[in-house]
Amino acid sequence: MKSNRGLRLTLAQRERITGMVFALPFVIGFIAFFLRPILQSLIFGFNELEVLTGGYNLTGVGFQNFRKAVLEHPEFNRVLFETCLRVVSDVPLVLMFSFFMASLLNQKFRGRLFARTLFFLPVILASGAIASMEQSDYMTAVLQTTSSSGISGGFLGAAALRSFIGSMKLPEQFLTYIVAAVDRIPHVIRASGIQILIFLAGLQSIPPSLYEASTIEGATGWESFWRITFPIMSPLILTNIVYTIVDSFTAADNELLTLIRETAFGGMGFGVSSAMSWIYFAAVSLILLAMAGSTSRWVIYYE
Amino acid sequence: MSRRALRGLVQGRPNAPELRVHGRPRAREIAVKTQRTIWSLVRAGLIVGVGFIIIYPLLVKIASSIMSPEDLFDSVVKWIPRRPTLQNYVMAFTSMNYPRALLNSVTLVTVVSVLQLASCTLVGYSLARYEYPGRRLISALAIFTLVVPPQLVLIPTYLNFRFFDLFGLIPGGGINLLGTYWPFVLTASTASGLRNGLFIFSMRQFFRNMPRQLQEAAYVDGASPFRTFVSVMLPNAGPALITVFLFSFVWQWNDVFYTSIFTGGKAVELMPYALESITRYAREMYIERYGMVPAGQQLSLFRNAGALMYIAPVLILYAFLQRHFVEGIERTGLVG
Repeated sequence: MKSNRGLRLTLAQRERITGMVFALPFVIGFIAFFLRPILQSLIFGFNELEVLTGGYNLTGVGFQNFRKAVLEHPEFNRVLFETCLRVVSDVPLVLMFSFFMASLLNQKFRGRLFARTLFFLPVILASGAIASMEQSDYMTAVLQTTSSSGISGGFLGAAALRSFIGSMKLPEQFLTYIVAAVDRIPHVIRASGIQILIFLAGLQSIPPSLYEASTIEGATGWESFWRITFPIMSPLILTNIVYTIVDSFTAADNELLTLIRETAFGGMGFGVSSAMSWIYFAAVSLILLAMAGSTSRWVIYYE
Repeated sequence: MSRRALRGLVQGRPNAPELRVHGRPRAREIAVKTQRTIWSLVRAGLIVGVGFIIIYPLLVKIASSIMSPEDLFDSVVKWIPRRPTLQNYVMAFTSMNYPRALLNSVTLVTVVSVLQLASCTLVGYSLARYEYPGRRLISALAIFTLVVPPQLVLIPTYLNFRFFDLFGLIPGGGINLLGTYWPFVLTASTASGLRNGLFIFSMRQFFRNMPRQLQEAAYVDGASPFRTFVSVMLPNAGPALITVFLFSFVWQWNDVFYTSIFTGGKAVELMPYALESITRYAREMYIERYGMVPAGQQLSLFRNAGALMYIAPVLILYAFLQRHFVEGIERTGLVG
């Protein structure tokens, strides 16, 4: 009996050691290529950084860099505000759209496989190199402005829409948001690839027997959506909120990230750039916490 | 209630004839049918519309990549070129030095994504299957890496690889690793490459759902933990591995951010740089060949052809692997 217990203990120990060995790559990588750079970047934020031939030199300047970023940089505040606003306004749009599209793609119809392949294409094409090229591309711009239906920049003709909604006597802010939202339809669609995928996988994991049972009990489609689909999907909604925020503030066409990069390599220097990215990180963390916090309250875990 | 109605109920057809109480059966059937037809029409419209917006940029590129210069100034031509030409592709091909850039990029990205796949699978497996102190912390840290904007670590990463000293282990101010493939290899093999937290998380969720008996059976048969992992767990992880590999490959292929840090702005012949250099080289080549400066529109045609050639490998890979995509996602952790 005693020897048996001793054997079991060694097995547990062996398992523990194996587990740690398997996880070792990440621990090393995290410390060397993640934790260290983060701490350094915080230090850089409070220093003036000078790159020399054999290394680099730091001079402490206190909060100077942060002050420069916020008070002296001509663009930073505006771009920061716009970027954050865009992140916040994108989240509901992307979520609603991807949820809707996922339930559409979850139905049975001819050509479903093709439609799915097409819808995940943005995941493949959301390319840094292509996106940055597109911003300055002549043909894209020409075709977008001259084509009569005008996909981007004038989807459905924003002016016509504005006058149509304007005739409904709605508050001005609401109107601006709607027009802006319609303008961003192509962007929203292209930013929803992964979210559709996640929702779709979630929808497929709901056992059909639940719906059958509720139909027999006399539930309407509306009721079974709110009583079955929505609660089961609620953890995924939280996942997607987090994903959308993270994705949109690290996107390749993000204006602020370009600004930070330009500041580092050609503007006010590494110190100010570090300070900027910390301010940005703080702002985004706040948004993330606020959104995830307010959502997680009505997320239902059914396990 | 008749037997038939009951059977209809059991088979999930509550509209079986005897169950209809309201309205005349026939009229109701027609109403349901029309409703269905209308819905499928609306659905088709929505899918076609959204699908169009998705492939619109691709269509623009294809259309303009085969346009000849005359078509550019032809007022009739907007979308479909009248005199299609492959000249743009030839121009882009030569000015990108395509075969060279393609070979370099494919090699680099394949090596990087295989390394990432290996390391993330190992770490994910460890987090899912073993009990040891600090396991929860490591899982949390893996998620944390996703939330931090890459710009935060931009400069330190740049400097660390510029003066790579392994925490002071290498004397003399460190070695310059920028411009070599070492930064890619080092980050990929330590599961700290591009969005690797997501891969670790996915693999962890996947292995969590594997039956524990599988592992125990292997132990009883005398397999070591590593052997168990390689010959019992991995062969069953196909869809998850494909999904992670595809994501890893695609993101790495499209990445400009890390690539530009790791190469330190040096002219390593990789696809993103090749694409950027089209404008410059094509301009020179054009001047050389035709003796005049090309118009901006002209260069744009070359660039669109180049962009298509840039994404072609990924599109081909996606076409081959997309069937496994949804299946893999379903079984990996992306679903809560």
